[in-house]
Amino acid sequence: MESCAQKKKYAAKDYKSDLKPIWCPGCGDYTVLNAITRALAELALPPEEVAVVSGIGCSSRIPAYTSVYGFHGVHGRALPVATGLKLARPDLTVLVTGGDGDGFSIGGNHFLHACRRNVDLTYIVMDNQVYGMTKGQASPTTAPDWEGSKLTPEGTGINPFQPLVVGLASGANFVARVSSSDPVNMAQIIVEAIRHPGFSLVQVLSPCVTFRPEQAEWRDIVRTAVVDVTDDAARAARRLMTDDGFNVGKVLYKGSRPPFRPEFENTSGSVAELEARFAL
Amino acid sequence: MTVQSVSLVIAGSGGAGVVTAGSLLLEAAANAGWYALMSRSSGPQIRGGEAAAMLRFATEPIMSHDDSFHLLMAIDWENIGRFSAEIPLIATSLIVGDPAHGPAPAALLGGKPREAALAMTAIAEKIESGRPNMVALGAIAALIGLPPEAMQAVVEQHLKRKGQAAIDASMAAFHAGVTAAADLPATPKLPAVAAASEPRWSITGNEATGLGVIRGGVRFVAAYPITPATEVLEWLAPSLAKVGGVLVQAEDELASINQIIGASYGGVPAMTATSGPGLSLMIESLGLAVAAEVPLVVVDVMRVGPSTGIATKSEQSDLNIAVYGLHGDAPHIVVAANSVADCLFTTQWAVHLAEAMQTPTLVLTDQAMGQARAIVPRPAELAFIGQRLTATAAVEGERYKRYAVTASGVSPMAIPGTAGLTHTADGLEHNEFGTPSSQASDHQAQMDKRSRKLTQFNYGDHWAEIIDADAGPGDLAIITWGSSTGPAREALRRFSDAGGKARLISVRLIAPVQPEKMAAALAGITRAVVVEQSHSGQFYRMLRAFYDLPKDTRSLHQAGPLAFGPGRILEQLNAWSS
Repeated sequence: MESCAQKKKYAAKDYKSDLKPIWCPGCGDYTVLNAITRALAELALPPEEVAVVSGIGCSSRIPAYTSVYGFHGVHGRALPVATGLKLARPDLTVLVTGGDGDGFSIGGNHFLHACRRNVDLTYIVMDNQVYGMTKGQASPTTAPDWEGSKLTPEGTGINPFQPLVVGLASGANFVARVSSSDPVNMAQIIVEAIRHPGFSLVQVLSPCVTFRPEQAEWRDIVRTAVVDVTDDAARAARRLMTDDGFNVGKVLYKGSRPPFRPEFENTSGSVAELEARFAL
Repeated sequence: MTVQSVSLVIAGSGGAGVVTAGSLLLEAAANAGWYALMSRSSGPQIRGGEAAAMLRFATEPIMSHDDSFHLLMAIDWENIGRFSAEIPLIATSLIVGDPAHGPAPAALLGGKPREAALAMTAIAEKIESGRPNMVALGAIAALIGLPPEAMQAVVEQHLKRKGQAAIDASMAAFHAGVTAAADLPATPKLPAVAAASEPRWSITGNEATGLGVIRGGVRFVAAYPITPATEVLEWLAPSLAKVGGVLVQAEDELASINQIIGASYGGVPAMTATSGPGLSLMIESLGLAVAAEVPLVVVDVMRVGPSTGIATKSEQSDLNIAVYGLHGDAPHIVVAANSVADCLFTTQWAVHLAEAMQTPTLVLTDQAMGQARAIVPRPAELAFIGQRLTATAAVEGERYKRYAVTASGVSPMAIPGTAGLTHTADGLEHNEFGTPSSQASDHQAQMDKRSRKLTQFNYGDHWAEIIDADAGPGDLAIITWGSSTGPAREALRRFSDAGGKARLISVRLIAPVQPEKMAAALAGITRAVVVEQSHSGQFYRMLRAFYDLPKDTRSLHQAGPLAFGPGRILEQLNAWSS
């Protein structure tokens, strides 16, 4: 519990481990790591009261690069691990990090239900429209005509997944899109996402300079969204369905749905009372 | 026959109240001081369809059905013929049907049972609000020697809320059945016994499973509904809430297993229950729990496989996936309950093992014991409480090693919230700190440690249940596990009552294997029969791979859903000793 005493001051570096990331030079994920640690410092959260959970992929390496509690699970299952952790330990601040393949393809069902369930988590998805760790295959957010993978040489021919629209439709309580090229703004949005109760979804346009070198141009294409935050999910979804995906830097939706939080009630019941029901 | 018992079936269409009638009879039998076992079988229909309640009553605890039934009471005949293989009837059996529903289906008459008629519908119609199933219960009570007052108490309790008129109508129908039974041929009666001298419970295997994990300390459950495990979860949801726990319904089994991994990583002992298809989905993440060293319990209430198989019926065929299903070398624990009551012991022990060794523990039960209800002596209090070795404070100048290589293999686990001990738990191979590592030496050290914590643990005598251990040199053994233990136990008893010498070894700790303990248990045994309910003899093959078995070891295995009767096992023992 916070006493009257001033909060301890933390610097972003207090949340970084001394492990050197395996990411390629120029990868967008470096600034996401910086923004997360900067956000935690601004919130002055003691590192031991924060957990970062991830699945598999380049961006899922983030937990080990932080100095908070981390859990690096299997591909696609970060959200259920984080859900179990947060429900069992509501006192912790739980972040989930990962990529578009981990979150929207193999973990797609968990994404839908995490939005629906609205547990108080902050989900930061580094979207680079490619599977980087397996060396460049199309992901669910890849454009249908991208021919850069030997696995789909003619392109996927499938329309990309719209994470924020699907997130809104499924019940996410906070939706934002940011760019890895603006870590200061990203940190601010992450602070807001953590503070907002319920399931917060932050899509980060985070280029893969190795397998999608053309994404280096994103820094010049992105623009600050001109809309203000709304509490009307339908309105937010309509805007997102008509934009080109490069309007960033703003919180697009903030809902007021109460988070799912089953209480571990301190009831007077005992195991003996449960047993008594079987006695003849 | 050694065990003094009466076996009967109540069958009918779904609306006939067959399972309700069986439950009432079970409780009345308990009131009369008898022990009882009730299994149920039903067709695939969601509502309605054929149903059968198979009951056995005895004057001492029983864990198995008999080889055949003394009595089949059919309220109607709708599709009851489909149960013919599950309801063995012989020449001394009595099959009673209602003439209003025509003759018994030929499928039930193969064993040439005696036939008799009871006009349940006509008798019930003469009583206001009378129901044929209560008439049937009255006739059954009279046939098997169950005192009417034992039923009176049960009916009063069950219909309390419906008022005195409902109670009176039910009991009037019951007594009409008692009267009508005077015209029926006799069946064996069970002697009246004095009221139970020691406390007894009425419990199903699935309820015992839920109670066992709560006793062990589990306070977080995430699960997805699946037959025949759902009752474990339905019992746990309100029960956990009473003791400060929580059950979350997950979106699928992938989510259930990962939610409990998250909760357990957070320091709260956690479990899930499922059946074969769900276990298949959980396997990858069970490997994660092995590598990241997260304690948890997964109960598999086995049903007939492969694939969707026969969802409502029992088989012991998930042994292979439980033991070998994980990719990589992934040491974990597999335990198996051997009776309805043992579901309580084994699941409570499983929580203890999982927490002590920080590893996933699989519990195998099955539909037969999970959905069976038994009257059992009150289970003993057990000392097994999940206790995890935790790291609680940072050591000055030392970086915390989550996966420290220790002599026991168990490393003190820091729970999130503990200052100075932050780390990342990882399914990637890692060094002692938890940092991902592809070094051969780290892999070797961590593999050794994860394996060592299981092999060096003291499992005590609980690895197996061994009966009649004074069998001498040259004697016989039955080696079995799980639900097959009940009939094996009874076969052994009949064999030894007839002067035979044999030993029963029912293995509760399936993995890690215990070759030294098995060798000691098999000392002096020259012939053994391995009994299991699987088409390919999974258990037999596992025993052959890991244990030194007697030279003459035979495999007695069959696919589900039919269970072994004690007689089948006894035949093998008798064949050897003659």
